[in-house]
Amino acid sequence: MTKHLSQNLGFNPISAPDFLPLKQLRTLQLQRLKAIVERAYTHVPLMRQRMDDNHVKPEDIKSLDDIVRLPFTQKSDLRDTYPFGLFASPMSEIVRLHASSGTTGKPIVVAYTKDDIAVWANAIGRSFAACGINRGDIIQNAYGYGLFTGGLGVHYGAESIGATVIPISGGNTPRQLMLAKDFGTTVITCTPSYFLHLIDVAHDMGINLKDLPLRKGMFGAEPWTESMREHIEAESGIKAYDIYGLSEIVGPGVAMECECQAGPHIFEDWFYPEVVDPKTGKVCKDGVEGELVLTTLSKQAMPMIRYRTRDLTAITSEPCACGRTLRRIKRIGRRSDDMFIIRGVNVFPSQIETALLAVEGALPHYQIILTRDRGLDEIEVQVEVTADLFSDTVGGLEQLQHKISKSIETTIGLRAKVRLVQPKTIQRSEGKAKRVIDQRKM
Amino acid sequence: MKVKQLSLFLENKPGALSQPMQFLAKAKINILTLSVADTQHFGILRIIVRDWEKAKKLLEKKGCVVKVTDVVAIEVTDRPGGLADILGILEKNGINLEYMYAFTLKRESKGMLVFRFDDPDKAVEVLSKEKITVVGGEELFKRLED
Repeated sequence: MTKHLSQNLGFNPISAPDFLPLKQLRTLQLQRLKAIVERAYTHVPLMRQRMDDNHVKPEDIKSLDDIVRLPFTQKSDLRDTYPFGLFASPMSEIVRLHASSGTTGKPIVVAYTKDDIAVWANAIGRSFAACGINRGDIIQNAYGYGLFTGGLGVHYGAESIGATVIPISGGNTPRQLMLAKDFGTTVITCTPSYFLHLIDVAHDMGINLKDLPLRKGMFGAEPWTESMREHIEAESGIKAYDIYGLSEIVGPGVAMECECQAGPHIFEDWFYPEVVDPKTGKVCKDGVEGELVLTTLSKQAMPMIRYRTRDLTAITSEPCACGRTLRRIKRIGRRSDDMFIIRGVNVFPSQIETALLAVEGALPHYQIILTRDRGLDEIEVQVEVTADLFSDTVGGLEQLQHKISKSIETTIGLRAKVRLVQPKTIQRSEGKAKRVIDQRKM
Repeated sequence: MKVKQLSLFLENKPGALSQPMQFLAKAKINILTLSVADTQHFGILRIIVRDWEKAKKLLEKKGCVVKVTDVVAIEVTDRPGGLADILGILEKNGINLEYMYAFTLKRESKGMLVFRFDDPDKAVEVLSKEKITVVGGEELFKRLED
C-alpha cells in the first residue's frame, strides 16, 4: 500500500477505504450487515415476513457467512410493492426518488435519504479516483438526467471529488462534440453504445477525437464487451473504464475499474457481494461464475437484502496490481435472464452485439426474436437501419444483410435470419434493454 | 447536370409506403416521379421532388431513413430503339447502371428517364459528348411545371 501511495502522486484521500486491511474491512462489513438486517426487519413488512417464514431473526447474523440464511430479494418484489412498499424510511426522511423505465408495465421506484445520497456520491467519487480522474478534470456527463439514476448519480460523484461537471445529459451529439472541443472536456461519462455513436458522428463532422483533450471515459449502464473497449480505445485514443451498478442497489457506482482495467472493484464497504448458482441459489466459491447477489450495507431509505441482480459474473479475490483490497468482479457482459438456448446452444445477446459491431463499427439498435416452426427453432435478429447503413440499391442492402448474418454465424455457430427494420421500431430503454423476445411455445 | 434523388428505407409491411406519402402531402410537397424497389422483406422508395432539402429534413424528423443520391435525368426519343441507343453508349464507355425509372412527362416526342450510375459525373460527360440531352435540375423543374 505504501508503495502504491508513493508511486501514484495523484492519490486521492477519498480512495482510502479501498485499501482497508482485509480484517478491518470484514469487521466493518459485519457491523453494517447486522444493522441493515435489523433495519429491514423492523421497517419493511415484506422482508420481516420473509425472514419469519425462513425462521431467521436479525440476531442470528453473527458472522458474514450467516448471510446465506437470509432470503433473497427479487426485482418482482419491487414491482409487487410498487411504488413505496419496500421503503424503510418515512417520506420526511427521503430526499430523492428515482425510477427505472419499466419495459413491462409499472416501473420500479428507488429512494434515498440524505445519507444515502452521500454514500452514493462517495462511491462514484471513489470510482473516478480509482481510474485517475480528479479535481481539475472536466467531466462531460452524457448520462441522462432525470428519473434514470445515471445522470444525477455521476453528477454528485463528480462534484464530490471537486471535478468540473458539464451536466449536458444525453443526446444532441453534434452539440456534445462542440462543447467537448470548446470546453476542453477531459472525461466523458455515458453508455458505451452512445460513445460508439459519438465516435461515428465525430468522424462525419470531420472531428478527430484524438486531437481533443479527452483522455478517459467511464462507461456503464449496459453490458459491454472487451471488443467494444478495444474499438473505443483505438478509435478515440481515450482509456475506457467499466463502471457497474443498478438502480435497485444505488445506481452506478457499485463497482468500478481501477487504472489496471482488470475488472471492476466492488465498493465492498457499502455493497456486500455474493455469487450464487442462478438455478439453485447456492453460493459459489470465488472464481466460479454465477449470478451476482448484492446486499446494501448502509442504505437507509431502501435496504436491499441479497438482491438477485440477474447479472452473471465471478468474484475474484486475487490481489490487483493497484493494491486495493476490494474484490473484483469479472466484467459483466451477460445476464442470466437474457441467455437463451437455441438448438442446444447457449447464446447471449452480447455475442450478437459483438457480431454486429464487427460489421457496423457502431452498435445499431437490435432485437432477437426466437420462434419455433414445426419443432425447429429459428433465431431472427432485427436490426434498425441507420442513415450510415442505408443504401439506395437493393444489392447494397442485401449485401449488408448477408454480412451481418455471416458475422453472427461465425460468432455463435448458428445461422440467424437478419431482418432490417425501420428506425425507432425497436423499443428503447435507458438502462438494460429487452434484447430477446422468445415467441417459442414450449 | 445532376438531380438529387431521395431514397427511403421501407419495411415490407402494410402502411410502410403510405406514411411518408402522408408526411409529404401534409407539407404540400409534390412528387415529380418515383420508383419502388422491393424484396421479400424490405423496399426502397426513390423520389424526385423540387425542394429535396426541405423534404429530407421533414422525413428525417418523422423518423425515416433518407439518403440523397445524385441521379441523371436524360431525354430519350420516343421511338423503338430510343433507350437502346443510350444504353449502347453507356455500355461502350463501360459505365455501370444501377437502376432507372421514367418520368410521366413527354415533350415533342421525347420522354425522360432517371438513371442511377455508380459514377454519375463520368456518365454525364460521356452522354453530353454523344449529344444526348442531360437535363439538369433547374430545367427539369421548369419543364415539369410548364
